[in-house]
Amino acid sequence: MTTLVPHSGYLTRRMVMAALRQPAFVAISLVQPMIWLLLFGQLFKRVVELPGFGTGAYIDFLTPGVVIMTVLFSSGWAGMSFIDDMDRGVMDRMLSSPVSRGAMMVASTLNQAVSIVVQSVIVVLVGLLLGAEFPGGVPGVLVMLVAATLLGASFASLSNGMALVVRTSEALIGFSTMLTLPLSFLSSAMMAREAAPDWIQTVSSFNPVDWAVVAAREALSADPAWGGVFARLGGLLAVAVATGLVATRAFRSYQRSL
Amino acid sequence: MTHAITAVDLVKKYGDVTALNGLSFTVPPGTVFGLLGPNGAGKSTTIRILTTLSRPTSGSATVAGFDVRSRPDEVRRAIGVVTQRSGTDPVATGRENLLLVAHVHGMRGRAAKARVDELLALFDLTGAANRLAKHYSGGMQRKLDVAMGLVHRPSVLFLDEPTTGLDPQARSEMWAEIARLARHERLTILLTTHYLEEADHLADHLVIVDRGRLVAQGTPDELKSELRGDAVVIDLSPDASVDRARLAIEGLAGAREVTVSGRTIRTRVDHGASAVPAALAALERSSVAVAAVTVARPALDDVYLRHTGRTFTAAEEVAAR
Repeated sequence: MTTLVPHSGYLTRRMVMAALRQPAFVAISLVQPMIWLLLFGQLFKRVVELPGFGTGAYIDFLTPGVVIMTVLFSSGWAGMSFIDDMDRGVMDRMLSSPVSRGAMMVASTLNQAVSIVVQSVIVVLVGLLLGAEFPGGVPGVLVMLVAATLLGASFASLSNGMALVVRTSEALIGFSTMLTLPLSFLSSAMMAREAAPDWIQTVSSFNPVDWAVVAAREALSADPAWGGVFARLGGLLAVAVATGLVATRAFRSYQRSL
Repeated sequence: MTHAITAVDLVKKYGDVTALNGLSFTVPPGTVFGLLGPNGAGKSTTIRILTTLSRPTSGSATVAGFDVRSRPDEVRRAIGVVTQRSGTDPVATGRENLLLVAHVHGMRGRAAKARVDELLALFDLTGAANRLAKHYSGGMQRKLDVAMGLVHRPSVLFLDEPTTGLDPQARSEMWAEIARLARHERLTILLTTHYLEEADHLADHLVIVDRGRLVAQGTPDELKSELRGDAVVIDLSPDASVDRARLAIEGLAGAREVTVSGRTIRTRVDHGASAVPAALAALERSSVAVAAVTVARPALDDVYLRHTGRTFTAAEEVAAR
């Protein structure tokens, strides 16, 4: 336990350095959100005329949704770096050294957090360029970053845990897609809750993706209901801790396969 | 601590496949110990168990005095591991790779930096220290691997196939490095290899494993001296009758252990050079055409053949299938 904090620091530095040396990956991860903002935003411009959207423009509504979806999709890939490490022999070297297993999970999550902040700020800036207005201002954006990071931590852990179990990139891609696409459509990321069918409304209230979207959108609004925001952030934190603990146990599954 | 490594009746099963079938051996401290066998013999499985990556289905093992099952943390602090696949981070520099190991083992600041510089110099990597590992040649990458295994001054170093995939020059450089480490660092080295030559060259003591079992052990010289005399290897012409050739050789006075693989006949005689004319004459009388004859002093390949009934190359081909 005493090694968890220092080891997390060293391993996070390793991952962030690697990411900085391959900036193309950040650029690629921004293609999808740009398509959503630019094309989806245009195509569904008039969707705000439906009841449930309030008074703002669709881009105001869509931008926080796109931030959360971007986080969801990119953290779903977190496990790929575990698989690279397995293929290269780095994983075996780590696991036969005194490296804290928990620190390997924490480092991957912190590395995700760094790229989440970069991606989210870029998406927000593009949203502003497209005319979005966020009355919640800078504090609202900061709360959105917290929600995004907590959600990203949960899905990075799930992805890492799954990587340790399935051990191939093909299977991990399948798992990640199967999880992230439905969860984003079963949330209010793109469509107002009230405009969705009843069953989706019910499902989405149990969906952490929706908690993050609602908390972010609320924090960016003119008069946020902070109680609801913090309740959702608390829920996201609980999910992040739980998935992190479960994923750390997956190292045992990996070692059993050796 | 009397032994650096002990392995007792190690068994490892993967479903129906038995990778290790009751392997036992001990390694005295300060020696280079070779684990020799063809691919698929169980060498890597043994290393994975001894380095705490994998648990044996049954049996026990200690490394540096600690039980690998009940005290894995102590084992991990005492060992250096160089896996078959590199284990270096390609998008980090050589120096960063080494520093990470130092930090993980609790070394800090100046002490960590000094140890890393020392190893970079020792492995002749100082000039490449700030280049990304992915730009290293195969030989440099392997040196970096071994250096990473040594950062924390382990008492036992595991080298899993350290020269596989290296060109001959890089291989002989690596051999020199390993021999030097064994002399100067007071280190126990467990080396796996499927190169007979490598085991002969480096190991003080070795065990030969085949299909998860130990088939022979001793120093390379002891193992070779079990085989009295020289090996005579006769390659037959494509149209020659192998059966007639075999009968002719078996009829020779002093020919022992006649074996046939493909179109090659091997036998063992007291004096190779003087046996060749007689062998050629016998083959001539049986009208068997010969393509080539070689006489060799006993080598580990012969030891392997004698204990397993097949040549090393044949075992490798079976494993590759």
